[in-house]
Amino acid sequence: MTSLHDVPSEVVELDAVHSAPPPGARDEQVSDDADGYRLPPGVRLIRSNLGLFVTPLIVIAGIIALRVYYNSADKIFQDERALDWERNLRPQLEEHLGITLWATVFTIVIAVPLGILLTRPRYRRFGSPVLAVATSGQAIPAFGLLVLAFAWLGRGPWTTIWALALFTMLPVLRNTMVGLEQVDRNVIEAGRGMGLTKRQVLRRIELPLAIPVILAGVRTALVITVGMAALAFLIGGGGLGETISAGLKLSRDLVLITGAVMTALVALSVDWIAALAEKTLRPKGL
Amino acid sequence: MTELQTAPTATDTPGAMIELHGVGKIYPGSSVPAVADLDLAIPEGEILVLVGPSGCGKSTTLRLINRMIEPTSGRIVFDGEDVTAVNPDHLRRRIGYVIQQIGLFPHQTIAENIGTVPRLVGWDKARIAARVDELLDLTGLDPVQFRDRYPKELSGGQAQRVGVARALAADPPVLLMDEPFGAIDPITRDRLQNEFLRLQGDLKKTIVFVTHDIDEAIKMGDRIAILGEQSVIRQYDTPERILAYPVDEFVSDFIGAGSTLKGLNFERVRDLELISDFPVVDVDTARDEAQRRFDASPEKWMLVLDSVGRPHRWVNAGHLADASHPLAEVGAAVNSTVMPNATLHDALEEMLLSNAGCAVVVDERNRYQGVLDIEVLADVLKQLRQQAKKHYDDLAQLDAVDQEAQLQDAEPQ
Ligand SMILES: Nc1ncnc2c1ncn2[C@@H]1O[C@H](COP(=O)(O)OP(=O)(O)OP(=O)(O)O)[C@@H](O)[C@H]1O
Ligand SMILES: [Mg+2]
Repeated sequence: MTSLHDVPSEVVELDAVHSAPPPGARDEQVSDDADGYRLPPGVRLIRSNLGLFVTPLIVIAGIIALRVYYNSADKIFQDERALDWERNLRPQLEEHLGITLWATVFTIVIAVPLGILLTRPRYRRFGSPVLAVATSGQAIPAFGLLVLAFAWLGRGPWTTIWALALFTMLPVLRNTMVGLEQVDRNVIEAGRGMGLTKRQVLRRIELPLAIPVILAGVRTALVITVGMAALAFLIGGGGLGETISAGLKLSRDLVLITGAVMTALVALSVDWIAALAEKTLRPKGL
Repeated sequence: MTELQTAPTATDTPGAMIELHGVGKIYPGSSVPAVADLDLAIPEGEILVLVGPSGCGKSTTLRLINRMIEPTSGRIVFDGEDVTAVNPDHLRRRIGYVIQQIGLFPHQTIAENIGTVPRLVGWDKARIAARVDELLDLTGLDPVQFRDRYPKELSGGQAQRVGVARALAADPPVLLMDEPFGAIDPITRDRLQNEFLRLQGDLKKTIVFVTHDIDEAIKMGDRIAILGEQSVIRQYDTPERILAYPVDEFVSDFIGAGSTLKGLNFERVRDLELISDFPVVDVDTARDEAQRRFDASPEKWMLVLDSVGRPHRWVNAGHLADASHPLAEVGAAVNSTVMPNATLHDALEEMLLSNAGCAVVVDERNRYQGVLDIEVLADVLKQLRQQAKKHYDDLAQLDAVDQEAQLQDAEPQ
């Protein structure tokens, strides 16, 4: 499966960073007598997850700044209308999140099983061609894909969802395949040698060991999706893109900036949740 | 055993736990077989070592036994049952398997790793937990300290012990080990080997042990099969006999120089006849009497025993001539001796170190029993070689008789 690694990929490189143990993890590699310098678990948790505390602070600061900015700005009638929480912002936020969530769910539901299938001995030979197709597919600009989907499926959020699911298939598929392929052959050999069936080896050994890499792919997909959901309004999919577009149309900075900042804050939050999931779902002992 | 006539097995083989009948393996895309038509009987309760040069098919042979690799031809019989076509997953749960790279599951604790097969075969939690602790104890790891660790928190030697414990978990009658101590530093390896031999002394498992290291084979094996290309058996016998009588150049090349010396490790001092007419005197013997005895013997040294019969001094003609000191003070001190359970290898070392070129044998209370010299060793080695050769000549004769009988059987058709 060397061809897998030949595919130039920012995602796989990203994984190398992600799968490197976090700084605190080194502390856990203790020898018999090293228990003495083990830090209390609470301190270790915080120290090794320092990054995870930064994002919420930024998001909260962003929300406060936005409110302050909104309250202090001169507002005209259109501003008030466009930025009405109940009428516009809240439904758009929900659509935005909905699109992101469903697109990611579909991506996972399709790409992970496909990745598993393409790493089984029977179908392994299809792995490279499928990846090649997926890679060239990603070369289509997102906007183009949305328009194509629109032409095919018509207006509406579901069109956006399917288009985005398709668009973010690649990182999840590729990381699933890489994640499964990088599992130590000896571990699989030992498992099979003890009488685990192929399915048991997959479920109990290969998948848990591939989880960090798969999750890194899912996180990449999420980040792409949440960003691109801002384009959903183009084909009637809603989302916070509506507010940005209204700001542009009205030439109102307040509306434009509110839309843009909210999009950014949502993206940050989603990425943070993904990072949290990556941390907590990573099997212990790795 | 009649089906296994072609296998050069020793005649005193105990009942076979596993039998390979004409087993062969040709890997897809390869024209030459990795294992060609192998007949092998694996004796119950013993360690059989498969040893041979790299790439000769040892691992393939081992993996054929638990059907990690499906044979292209032949039959495999496990404990009297033909397992060539049974569900391989179920077969493997009855066979422990240890590989050089160990392959512990990194995301599972040591306890979970060891409990793998018991879980598979449906033991309850309490029984598994008890078994895990028992096995950790057995392999020299403190259960309290190790059961909740993850594999990355172990040293190489500890990990290998866990690997062995995991293979033993559901108490399989058979253990397959592929260079289990290969990737470990020599000192730890030596310790693990000794511990494992001690363990096997109690467990009496049927073990197939693969190595490419002849010294490990000699140390670990009750029997050794020396394999050539395509896993062809070049010699199958006890380590003693292989060392005493390598059947051909391939085997003697593989054993390498010093096989005779290695063979000395298997013989014990107590099995030899000690030199009885070596000149010995008590410490309070009169000087002229001592001189008389020395002159009567062809030896260049004489041993002086202390009042309770323990070896005390070595004296030669020069020492005896010095009348200014009592017998107890002339000559050289006897600083090392061997006990009857020492190996001839130990005895040889003593001989080389002692002034007189002799190893002094004493009993548990250090009392003089006799001496050994290099000639005795040479005789022993010659005898061993002759015995082994006779054994092989007898085998060849048996074979010839068998073949004749077969020919006669075949005649009427
Ligand atoms: N999966 C495989 N596919 C094709 N050929 C193989 C495979 N595994 C082993 N072989 C070939 O079969 C032969 C025997 O290999 P095997 O691994 O059994 O050797 P070995 O005696 O264990 O060697 P070593 O001491 O180096 O481990 C070698 O020539 C090897 O190249
Ligand atoms: Mg091998």
